[in-house]
Amino acid sequence: MDDLYRDEILEHYREPHNFGVLESPDASYEGHNPLCGDRITMMLALDESGTVTDVAFSGRGCAISQASASMLTDEIRGRSLDEVRALKNQDILDLLGIEISPARLKCALLSIDTLHHAIDERDGATGSEPSGVQS
Amino acid sequence: MSATTPLDPAVIRRDFPIFERKIHGHPLVYLDSAATALKPRAVIEAVDAYNSHHSANVHRGIYTIGEEATAEYEAARQKVARFIGAPDPAEIVFVRNATEAINLVAYAWGRANIGRADTIVTTEMEHHANLVPWQLLAQEKDADLEFVPFDEEGRLIADSYEVLLRTKPKLVAFTHKSNTLGTLNDVRSMVAQAHAAGALVLVDGAQAVPHLPVDVQALGADFYVFSGHKMLAPTGSGALWARRELLEAMPPFMSGGEMIHSVHLRHTTFAEIPYKFEAGTPDVAAAIGLGAAVDYLTALGMENVAAHEEGLTAYALEVLAREIPGLRLHGPHSASERAGVVTFTLPEAHAHDVASLLDREGIAIRAGHHCTQPLHERLGEAATGRVSFNVYSSTEDIDRLVTGLRGVQRIFGRAPATTGA
Repeated sequence: MDDLYRDEILEHYREPHNFGVLESPDASYEGHNPLCGDRITMMLALDESGTVTDVAFSGRGCAISQASASMLTDEIRGRSLDEVRALKNQDILDLLGIEISPARLKCALLSIDTLHHAIDERDGATGSEPSGVQS
Repeated sequence: MSATTPLDPAVIRRDFPIFERKIHGHPLVYLDSAATALKPRAVIEAVDAYNSHHSANVHRGIYTIGEEATAEYEAARQKVARFIGAPDPAEIVFVRNATEAINLVAYAWGRANIGRADTIVTTEMEHHANLVPWQLLAQEKDADLEFVPFDEEGRLIADSYEVLLRTKPKLVAFTHKSNTLGTLNDVRSMVAQAHAAGALVLVDGAQAVPHLPVDVQALGADFYVFSGHKMLAPTGSGALWARRELLEAMPPFMSGGEMIHSVHLRHTTFAEIPYKFEAGTPDVAAAIGLGAAVDYLTALGMENVAAHEEGLTAYALEVLAREIPGLRLHGPHSASERAGVVTFTLPEAHAHDVASLLDREGIAIRAGHHCTQPLHERLGEAATGRVSFNVYSSTEDIDRLVTGLRGVQRIFGRAPATTGA
């Protein structure tokens, strides 16, 4: 039982990084895991060149979904939107670095799925112009 | 109450081949029987015998194996009818599961009988299966859907029910036993009250028929539904019971082969009940397996099954409250008001993490909302852990669970508390 979650996962769960809300995010989306009803909201602040200047997430969930959101938000701060768009599910699983059973994949991927939805929605609102940031 | 004979789970387990396997190196502790039950050898062999020796279609073949298959399929229907006290096997419609049975009633009876501004009453503790079909029907017909709330201990509030019955609902639909809280509802008096108000009553017996004696005539319901796979039978087996005159008056649900009397290019007459509601080739093997499960449970005695599970429930409520500091238990406090289900929240760990960690010890529990999201909203919990029992469950299973939960608490960093819950 003890080898399932690395200490780092539990530390991110107990004290998640970037947990909170952004006052006026440039991209925001609430995602939920229909299996358990867990919800998280991802919020991004972008500068004019489309770089992630600030990021936050809120909501509650299991250790795996919270740790993945915590690690992912650390990962994308300072990155360009194109880099964030290019992140793959496998990148999140690599960040987590633990065995994820098929039944827990949705927990592990809730953060990146929500993040991509936030960016897609923002792209839709701005005519898919990555650098055309609206304030 | 008749005297009961204690079940011996150590003996019963020998009938379940799945206990021969190891999970992550540990013997299996299966505590998710409310989702589906394990299958005894008698059921597995009955399914195998059909597939090996008389795997013909039913109600067609003018040849030996076809007649054998038909006889076995109909024998299963008679066993199910006797098991739940139905007066006539023709009132038993075989379906895939309780969900299909409720949909059958919602489509066939509901669309013919529910109209604009009619009221359907259900409860806030229903499984989604006994909620979503009524939502769709109410939306389609512009009907009203009302809900009986439950109290702090997960018991339906009788006063609210009485008030809702004054709206003269056409249908009242509620669960015999909550799949999440374990609450046993007082079906007999709720049915009597509903009938006095002029409503028909559908009872969801998915969590009741596997665990306690059920007599649909004594309960007085109009429709009673359950799944076979939760009562040791194969997946794909389940039944709707309804009073003959209701079934006869209802239009078909699904249509096609098997359910017809005579078909012309522009006109069809339908078969007698129950065949009118069994379009297409049924899951013959599953129905025969259900018959074998009924035999198995009948031999154990449903009074004994109910007593066994009440004892386990009382034991689980007691040791979890005593041994796991901080654990929150949901549902009625007394084991006599609930049956076979214990749902909990561990403050320091999400139910999914609890379930993943317990799985490493070979312990299977349910984590999530258990298809009762509105109920969880009422509880104020996004997800809970649930343990549920069946005939093979034992106090040793609960002891292993307690050890596992202590391990979860240790991993999630809670210092061992010195005070009780």
